Amino acid sequence: MPDFIAEWLNQNDIFTAMTIMEYWDGMVTTVHLVFLSLVIGLLVAVPLAILRTVRNPFVSGPVWLYTYLFRGTPLLIQLYIIYYGLAQIEGIQETFWWDIFREPFYPALLAFTLNTAAYTTEIIRGAIVSTPHGEIEAAKAYGMNWFMRMRRIVLPSAARRAVQAYSNEVIFMLHASAIASVVTIVDLTGAARNIYSRFYAPFDAFIFVALCYMALTFILVFAFRKLETHLLRHQRPVSG
Amino acid sequence: MLDLKGYGPALMEGAVVTIELAFLSLALSVALGLLGASAKLSQNRLAKGVATTYTTLIRGVPDLVMMLLFYYGGQVAVNMLSDYIWEAYEIDFFFQFDPFISGVVTIGLIFGAYMTETFRGAFLAVEKGQIEAARAYGFTRFHTFRRIMLPQMMRHALPGLGNNWQVLLKTTALVSIIGLTDMVRVAEEAAKAERMPFHFFIPVAFVYLALTAGSELFIKWLDKRANVGVVQGS
Repeated sequence: MPDFIAEWLNQNDIFTAMTIMEYWDGMVTTVHLVFLSLVIGLLVAVPLAILRTVRNPFVSGPVWLYTYLFRGTPLLIQLYIIYYGLAQIEGIQETFWWDIFREPFYPALLAFTLNTAAYTTEIIRGAIVSTPHGEIEAAKAYGMNWFMRMRRIVLPSAARRAVQAYSNEVIFMLHASAIASVVTIVDLTGAARNIYSRFYAPFDAFIFVALCYMALTFILVFAFRKLETHLLRHQRPVSG
Repeated sequence: MLDLKGYGPALMEGAVVTIELAFLSLALSVALGLLGASAKLSQNRLAKGVATTYTTLIRGVPDLVMMLLFYYGGQVAVNMLSDYIWEAYEIDFFFQFDPFISGVVTIGLIFGAYMTETFRGAFLAVEKGQIEAARAYGFTRFHTFRRIMLPQMMRHALPGLGNNWQVLLKTTALVSIIGLTDMVRVAEEAAKAERMPFHFFIPVAFVYLALTAGSELFIKWLDKRANVGVVQGS
């Protein structure tokens, strides 16, 4: 390590082992929160997207309403409604749910999951609707029933068309998760805010955390690019 | 009309603040977007590099972190600058970095990066022959930009622009975190004081819903107008 960096590290009070550990814990919380909400959100979104494409308006209508409400309002409002609202439900404080929802982590997880599921539902719906008709006809000609058609033809083909838009949603969610710090969760942003108020050093605290988010973003971008080339490898031009 | 335990008028004022914030940020982001797109498409390597760095940096960092950086960091930077000016020229200069200005600057900068991408794509979609024709008529570069590129590019930019506006509108809620008394802030204070979260947050959510739904209709109308005379393939 060059001397000037070592000297600078020795002289500053902000980037000590303790604050680095705080940032690390924050990063773990952020990744934990975002990962769980994305996974649960995706699991919820696939069946909802299928329901959303059903012709019967009594089936697709409620799903449309859900996505419309969650996509039309800010995530911050959704978080506030769930975080402050859950505590107000009559009698919740006597049930076991209260042990779960007393921690701010779970209301935030619920809000993020519902939000990302709404966006993901619309992404997957768009991909399902744009399935080439010939693929479905061919599946029918092979005698596949609805379930098998969905599982073998429609969903895999939709996944390829959805992956680009979904990668944007994942990055959006990572960035949106910064608002978890508002409901007292010490995620990356929360750690930065604590360190800012302790040292009154906005540049050190926030620029460092911005770099952390940037690193996470680029890892995700890279991973999705790999996934995309993997999923779309049959479309690669034949070379040599 | 809607009293909401006496918080109705304050919520209304907050809604006006939200709308002002959204429109000012939109204006800034469109200006930055046009500038950024022109820089990205220019032959100048420096301009290209600056614009690419700008969009990459912005898209890697959460909006809230950027906002906190500008709000807390902006004041420190201004104080440092005013100290310097006082020492060098003995001019007393002070500037309060309030949440509204930080909000407009941050949201404008963030969406300026998204607008850059939108406009870049739209500029590229304008037929090359149009530009050549303008040149042949002896239009200056500026004239070509204003008379030929801008009107034709808007048609292609409109869907992306509309999308960005919808996201921008929802991002304005974040400014309540750095202390601007917009409608989210008022609702939060009211909800805490009255211990009735649903009572205050749900009306605010519906205001946002009305704004996004209204914008959607307006953008559709604009899109229809902009595409008059274009034969749509099906």
